[in-house]
Amino acid sequence: MSTQSAFAAALIDTRLPCPDGLRSANGADPASRFAVYRNNVQASLINALADSYPVVQQLVGEEFFRAMAAIFIRSQPPQSPLMSRYGETFADFIARFEPTAGVPYVADVARLEYLRVLAYHAADAQPIRPEHVSAALANPQTLGGLTFGLHPSLNLLDSGFAVVAIWAAHQQEQSLAGIGLNQGQHALVLRNGLDVEVFALDAGASVFIHHLSNGEPLLAAAENSPPFDLAQTLALLIAHNAIIQLSYKELP
Amino acid sequence: MFSEHDPIPACTQAALTGLPPRAGLGLKTGHFQQVLGSSPDLGFFEVHAENYMVAGGPFHHFLGLIRAQYPLSLHGVGLSIGAEGPLDQQHLKRLAELIERYQPQSFSEHLAWSSHGPVFLNDLLPLAYDTPTLNRVCAHIDQVQNALKRPMLLENPATYLAFERSTIDEPDFIAEVIRRSGCGLLLDVNNVYVSCINHQRDPLVYLDALPLHAVGEIHLAGFAEDCDSLGDRLLIDDHGAPIDQAVWQLYRQVLERIGPVATLIERDNQVPAFEVLLAEAQQAERLLLQSGGRA
Repeated sequence: MSTQSAFAAALIDTRLPCPDGLRSANGADPASRFAVYRNNVQASLINALADSYPVVQQLVGEEFFRAMAAIFIRSQPPQSPLMSRYGETFADFIARFEPTAGVPYVADVARLEYLRVLAYHAADAQPIRPEHVSAALANPQTLGGLTFGLHPSLNLLDSGFAVVAIWAAHQQEQSLAGIGLNQGQHALVLRNGLDVEVFALDAGASVFIHHLSNGEPLLAAAENSPPFDLAQTLALLIAHNAIIQLSYKELP
Repeated sequence: MFSEHDPIPACTQAALTGLPPRAGLGLKTGHFQQVLGSSPDLGFFEVHAENYMVAGGPFHHFLGLIRAQYPLSLHGVGLSIGAEGPLDQQHLKRLAELIERYQPQSFSEHLAWSSHGPVFLNDLLPLAYDTPTLNRVCAHIDQVQNALKRPMLLENPATYLAFERSTIDEPDFIAEVIRRSGCGLLLDVNNVYVSCINHQRDPLVYLDALPLHAVGEIHLAGFAEDCDSLGDRLLIDDHGAPIDQAVWQLYRQVLERIGPVATLIERDNQVPAFEVLLAEAQQAERLLLQSGGRA
């Protein structure tokens, strides 16, 4: 094993002994100095996860979070120097992590928080001005083929838990009392200007936006969705600058 | 021992960095608005390159506005120049794109490794100083400078242990890398102090063994204190405290030797109010002025 292989392995897996071939000028046990690197690596990776998943940390408590994060790091250390992307699989890990079985909604809160990170750093795009969207909607001749391009930051999350309510309660230090935790919610995450926003949608509106982001024309997307308030959903997308392109599909 | 290599003429400071010989600050996300609102009198800002390797959003929005007002130093923390494996070409490409976009006055990286194979360890890890490492580091720096089409600055490390394999003294190793590759030195005065305490060396002797003619930028930061197994002082370069008096003193001695050079106040943990960092920058600026700089 190369010097850096042994060094790297013992940094990630804290159960491994201090690598061979190290020395201290004063004769101190090299393990007491290697510990500085190990602590730096562990703390920086745990802190990176804590930065991305603040509500998960509040839900499970700091001590539990840091212990869980250390186990995640050992099994899935970062594969890129771009730390803002680290933790993409943290929600899946939490879902399978036995000690969190009693709080099954935590994994979906992690999914929501990761979508917020993605939205924060997503590409910029100029929204279509509301009057241009209105004009396109008012033209019956082209309405059938009208297709929206949505903002690159926009993502949806279908959860069996009240994931938006749980997340929102932790933005204002409210308790979870009064939240029906098992009432599933459909989350919409997007960046409006510089701010990441989170909404709870009706099931039908969520399916509709799914269809839009798959490139289905507006009317087809609405027809292929369970009942929902189309006007209100379009108003939401327009008001939050989510529509960045108007195009027209040839109808068959 | 290096006589088999042809000497490369040392670059002058001016060629290594376009940063003004003034004090600058690391740009923290929490200070974006305040910097734009108050336009503080600073020589430059420095950012960690990896934080800006994202598609869009607030980071690029604010950096673009601030770059329009200030010189910029782009400081990499993830290239892993000392790694045993090859350089990450994708990462090099991302760096080239950032440099193209923001046209920074300086690009710097570390004499350290941070990736092994596919795994990124998010820390600046120490190197065994021997001939194979020297050849590898020089080859990597050549690749970086060719890909980025500009000379880079290499930062001296803060280390906590040494390798039995090492055959070259750290400042001699750095001097040879700089002589061969033509890169400049980012002299981190806090790292000099931390390493010298940790390895029981005299900081001034260490300093004078470095190629000070090639310094293109200086870093100043605070450290944390711990103890090793013998109870001896073990200093940790955590960028989480005000600059220590001993480091200020060493900085004065550096300026006496080389005159004014762009100087960054680094703070990455326990980031205080902007005014606190600005006061440290002003203290550095006074010392730069005393050593003959424009402020």
